[in-house]
Amino acid sequence: MIIMDKRLYIICGHYGSGKTNVAVNLAFHFRKSQTKVAIADLDIVNPYFRTKDSADELAAADIGLICSEYAGSNVDIPALPQDMYAITDKLDTKYILDIGGDDRGALALGRIAPKIKEENNYEMLLTVNRFRPLTRDTASVLEVIGEIEQAAKIRFTGIINNSNLGEETTADDVLSSVGYALDISKATGLPVVLTTVDERLYDAVKDKIENVFPLKLQEKIK
Amino acid sequence: MSIVADKVLMKGNEAIAEAAIIAGCRHYFGYPITPQTEIAAYMAKRMPKIGGCFLQAESEIAAINMVYGVASTGLRVMTSSSSPGVSLKGEGLSYLAGSDLPSLIVNVQRGGPGLGGIQPSQSDYFQATKSGGHGDFRMIVLAPSSVQEMADLTVKGFELADKYRMTSMILADGTMGQMMEPVSLEYDIKPAIAKPWATTGTKMARPHNIVNSLSLVPDELEELNFARFERYRQVEENETMWEEYMMEDAEICIAAFGIAARVSKNAIVEARKQGIKVGLIRPITLWPFPNKPFKAAADKCKAFISVELSMGQMIEDVKLATECKAPVTLCNRAGGMIPSPEQVLESIIETAKKVGAK
Repeated sequence: MIIMDKRLYIICGHYGSGKTNVAVNLAFHFRKSQTKVAIADLDIVNPYFRTKDSADELAAADIGLICSEYAGSNVDIPALPQDMYAITDKLDTKYILDIGGDDRGALALGRIAPKIKEENNYEMLLTVNRFRPLTRDTASVLEVIGEIEQAAKIRFTGIINNSNLGEETTADDVLSSVGYALDISKATGLPVVLTTVDERLYDAVKDKIENVFPLKLQEKIK
Repeated sequence: MSIVADKVLMKGNEAIAEAAIIAGCRHYFGYPITPQTEIAAYMAKRMPKIGGCFLQAESEIAAINMVYGVASTGLRVMTSSSSPGVSLKGEGLSYLAGSDLPSLIVNVQRGGPGLGGIQPSQSDYFQATKSGGHGDFRMIVLAPSSVQEMADLTVKGFELADKYRMTSMILADGTMGQMMEPVSLEYDIKPAIAKPWATTGTKMARPHNIVNSLSLVPDELEELNFARFERYRQVEENETMWEEYMMEDAEICIAAFGIAARVSKNAIVEARKQGIKVGLIRPITLWPFPNKPFKAAADKCKAFISVELSMGQMIEDVKLATECKAPVTLCNRAGGMIPSPEQVLESIIETAKKVGAK
């Protein structure tokens, strides 16, 4: 049983660990049981593969979207959305925060971290993928955690194991990542909140891993 | 744990960076520009941990001249940029060639000309294969078509650069740089070849080595050019690489590299379902250009289609290689757009009708 009843869900992690894809899927998941759900794209690192790529689908599902007007426009500047303060002001809305990769991306979060901590109704989740070359073991993940927390001025509360090899991922790949995520959990004291899996592999792993969350892959090229 | 154990999920840009490190490159100089910035970002994280040097130069021009400096000592060195930044490096590329220095240069192309946009392009083909800078010189130009090849050709590029004392250029496009695919980075790295010309200090045991591109006596400068072009001839003879796909019975031949080749393969599968005998020659080295397979194809194919993310640049080399024995048409998008499999399929069908190919 996956319980995610906080108001704010902050998704942070290493560059290319799958944050945006996880964030968009979480938004659709939350919308099933709640009316006011929104996603905030605070990525100041990557001009490509943004939450805004899913704007049509989000609008159709009546999920709010806060993002820089330059996101997905090919204007290659690290801009923050002007309405980002709604995240901490509109207390009746559940927000998913999609933060840019590594410590460079987490800087954007640092700007609103004091208000988030004051309200204290959040989870800050670290996405990890054991198949990414710079986060293959606990030591390298601890390094990323330290860098992000310092820049974000806020600490992680849990882990999302998003281990995958893209379209070539097999059920065994996902199963092989369970120990990796548990090792990180042991070293940090943070719980593994979710293990994500491409929806086509969900049936193959759902009885073997706790808190499995099926993911629909975002379309990247339109 | 080795970070390259079994398969890892990498962006093309990251694959280039890690492969360079595996190939023994410990010096990277660069300046950020989309869509290749991940190379610099990756090097910034990795180099300090392995005793290497990452330096963000004050400009692309500074970076290429830092490459010249390290290359003079015989160490493996690289820089990377995207189209506008590579133009800035043109002078340095010519000096590297004039001094016979090995180096690896990466161009992850974006739409141009000028500052252009940040979406993928192949419109620096002329620049890479014909006119990287002033003077008589060539670069070995390698065109990857997958994230795995981004890594493989980086290792190969360093080897070829050392062997022939020249610059290898990885000519990728924004798609190749940004897409993520599983890769395996296990290489049998050959020991570095001797570089008796390198400026490593005489230790009072040999005459000074001088690395220089200035040569004021014309007949001596001519000799240097002749010697250099003899090496280029050897590269053409020994190092030309290409892939053939469904060419055995092909009546129409597509020429495409990089992302355009992947799109073309999808279109070819569809066209074959409709009974059209079409195949692909994918140049892996853009210089030297694979003239041989195109010449052979010209004797049996009724038409050629050059599929490019440009206004038509490689098409000129296809025409030369096929000696105008069959018509060559262009199927293209430009400015950061990518031809769709449907567009290529349409071009195949239209060509088949025109030349009566089955």
